[in-house]
Amino acid sequence: MFKIIKYSFYDLMRSRWSYVYFAFYFALGFVLLFLNNDINKAVITLMNIIIVLTPLIGTIFGVMYYYNSKEFTELLLAQPIKRNRIFLGQYLGVSFSLALSLVLGLGVPFVIYGLFNSPAIFDFVLLLITGTFLNFIFVALAFNIALSNENRIKGFGYAILMWLFLAVVYDGLFLISLVIFNEYPLDKISLFATMFNPIDLSRILIILKLDISALLGYTGAVFQQFFGTLLGMIISFVVLSFWVILPVGRIALKANKKDF
Amino acid sequence: MIEIKNLTKKFGKLVVLDGLDLDIKSGGIFAVLGPNGSGKTTLIKSILGMVIPNSGEITIDNISVLKQWEYRNEINYLPQIANFPANLTVVELIEMVKNLRPKKSNENELITLFGLTPFLNQKLGNLSGGTKQKVNIILTFMFDSNLIILDEPTNGLDPVALIHLKEIIKQEKEKGKTLIITTHIMGLVEEIADEIVFLLDGKIYFRGSVADLKNQTNQTNIEHAIAHLLTKENV
Repeated sequence: MFKIIKYSFYDLMRSRWSYVYFAFYFALGFVLLFLNNDINKAVITLMNIIIVLTPLIGTIFGVMYYYNSKEFTELLLAQPIKRNRIFLGQYLGVSFSLALSLVLGLGVPFVIYGLFNSPAIFDFVLLLITGTFLNFIFVALAFNIALSNENRIKGFGYAILMWLFLAVVYDGLFLISLVIFNEYPLDKISLFATMFNPIDLSRILIILKLDISALLGYTGAVFQQFFGTLLGMIISFVVLSFWVILPVGRIALKANKKDF
Repeated sequence: MIEIKNLTKKFGKLVVLDGLDLDIKSGGIFAVLGPNGSGKTTLIKSILGMVIPNSGEITIDNISVLKQWEYRNEINYLPQIANFPANLTVVELIEMVKNLRPKKSNENELITLFGLTPFLNQKLGNLSGGTKQKVNIILTFMFDSNLIILDEPTNGLDPVALIHLKEIIKQEKEKGKTLIITTHIMGLVEEIADEIVFLLDGKIYFRGSVADLKNQTNQTNIEHAIAHLLTKENV
């Protein structure tokens, strides 16, 4: 499996888009730090961007990579390799290369800025970890969608809809339901609902750490009240891990049953 | 060598292989023929484990291969469509496949034979269809395996490359290998095949040598013989 990870990774590392992605974060990091001069504000702005953008890029790259490497996958399937190792290898290759673009793209400007002498280093590291989590989650979801859809236009469409739903629509629906049912106790439902959206969960996780109550919003406030900061963070991480493990498990199952 | 029993594969409502029984003995060239959509590729892919049959049994040397993967180390397979990661170079791809298969390989000989030396450091995305097919052929024949499966091997090849391909196929046969070939080029079948398996609607419709086929249909030309088989079916 390691060999497949290596080749998928190299393949993507040579694609122009990995560099565009890297360059985008690199430029963003520089602009935010050197024009803003306030590292805390920079971290918040970055959070807002990472939380929407990393899932989008993960989704698109995941779907694109799967469909583009289809014939190559067939070549691998004829080799003496176990099926699910091929797909998990490709998944990890895509995820690692995207995570690298994110971590290096943002990390380098921050190191140049003097991050190691700044108290914001923990916030920043948390931001990168969450971004990496989101990246792994959405590439896994994208692979799932692509594995289930032979037609690549359909697959692409579903993947983008999934991103749109989790990044935008979910919040809207949630808010509407809060307004409609505001006479009922909603704490637990909202807690529950947050767990089902990795983007919301990441947002709360970061804001809990940054300790900006003004940005917490309703779910965040409930979360903090219910779990406290430390426990809240641990639970968020556990749930985020499930968001990686479950889709990856389905990739392995689905890959074993599929015809090529 | 290969034994297939009651193999059935459906894609949705479409029955592609319908209780197919086939045994292929060791050594020689077997041509799997049939009209488009008759199940040739599905049969081959079932042997390779790429298509998972609904029911039936496939054994190679008396060992069941369904859901297994180690046995593929003894099979060389040439897929129908040659498409590789666009960002890798030819050398890197060859190294990668070698890396995945712990076997001896003789790629240099084949690279010279097919004149691929100038392309070795080019990215696969920039190669023409025929050149990709040559790379595909090198990847298939560089290992020494007992079973060689070729799905439409002549796709996009120029005449010189085609001659080389036929030579390689004959050499492998002389070494006692078993070759399974699907093709629509009847000239190739007539020239090299020891036995023909004709598939129609997911079943074996004819099996025998080229001479048997001609005798049975009273035709002197193999293309006409095949056409005759098909029209008899329609009557």
